[in-house]
Amino acid sequence: MNKSKPSRRRTAVDLQGSEPNPVTRLGSDIKAKIGQQLRLMYGEVVNQGVPDRFVEILRGLDEPTDGGAKNEPS
Amino acid sequence: MGARKMSPPKNKNVREVMLAAVPSLRAFAISLCGNVDRADDLVQEALLRALANLDSFQPGTNMSAWLFTILRNLFRSEYRKRRREVEDVDGSYAEQLTTLPEQTSRLEIDEFREALKLLPPEQREALILVGASGFSYEEAAQICECAVGTIKSRVNRARSRLADILSIEDASDFGPDRETRAVVNVSGSRRS
Repeated sequence: MNKSKPSRRRTAVDLQGSEPNPVTRLGSDIKAKIGQQLRLMYGEVVNQGVPDRFVEILRGLDEPTDGGAKNEPS
Repeated sequence: MGARKMSPPKNKNVREVMLAAVPSLRAFAISLCGNVDRADDLVQEALLRALANLDSFQPGTNMSAWLFTILRNLFRSEYRKRRREVEDVDGSYAEQLTTLPEQTSRLEIDEFREALKLLPPEQREALILVGASGFSYEEAAQICECAVGTIKSRVNRARSRLADILSIEDASDFGPDRETRAVVNVSGSRRS
C-alpha cells in the first residue's frame, strides 16, 4: 500500500531531500505538535457538549422499553 | 408512581454512557464527512441504530468503541453512495463552529484541518481515533476492522504526511512565522 504520488509531493527544497520513506524520521517534537493540534481541533467540537437533539433521542432509554426505544434504524 | 417503573436500571447507565460518548462521536463524524450538519445526522443515525441493536452490545466491552464502529460503518455505506459530495466542505465547517478566543489558535486549527483533508481517509481516521478520540491502537483496529499493525502504519503515515504538508520539522519551526509558511505550503501542494 505504498502509493507515492509524485504530483502531491512538494518540491521539498527545505526538507533535506525527499527520501521515499520519511515515516521513520519523525521526532517526538513533531508527534507532540501534531497531537496537540489534533486535540485542539477535536476539542473544539467536543467542548460544544451534547446538542439537544441527541439528549432527546436518548431520553427514550429512561422510559419503559416496550415501544419507546424501538426506533427504526431508517 | 413506581408502578410503571419497568425499565431495568442498566438502561440509565447505558444512556449516560452513550450521552458521554456523543461529543467525541460528533467530533469524529465531522472529521469523517467535513460538514457539521451531515455529521450530526450521522451521529443521530448511529445512535438510533445503536438503540435498536442494544441487544448486540456486549456488556463490559467498550460502549464508545461500539458506537464509533456503528457510526463509521454508516458513514462508509453512505460515502460509497455519494462519494462526489463528500469533499465539498470548504467554509461550511469553520463557519458553523464557534470561534476560539485566540486568533492564532483559530488560524492554526483551520490550517491543520485543511492539511488533514489532504490525507487518505483511512489514514485520517486512524490518526484521529488514536490521536484525538483517545482509543488504543487495539480499539482503533477493532473500530476500523483491520489489524493493529495496519493502524500503526496508517497513523505513522498520517503524521509523516502532515508534518510534510505543514512543514513541521522540529521544535524551532513553531515560531510565529509558521502559519504563513504552512498556508503557502498547503495551497502549493494542492496546485502542483
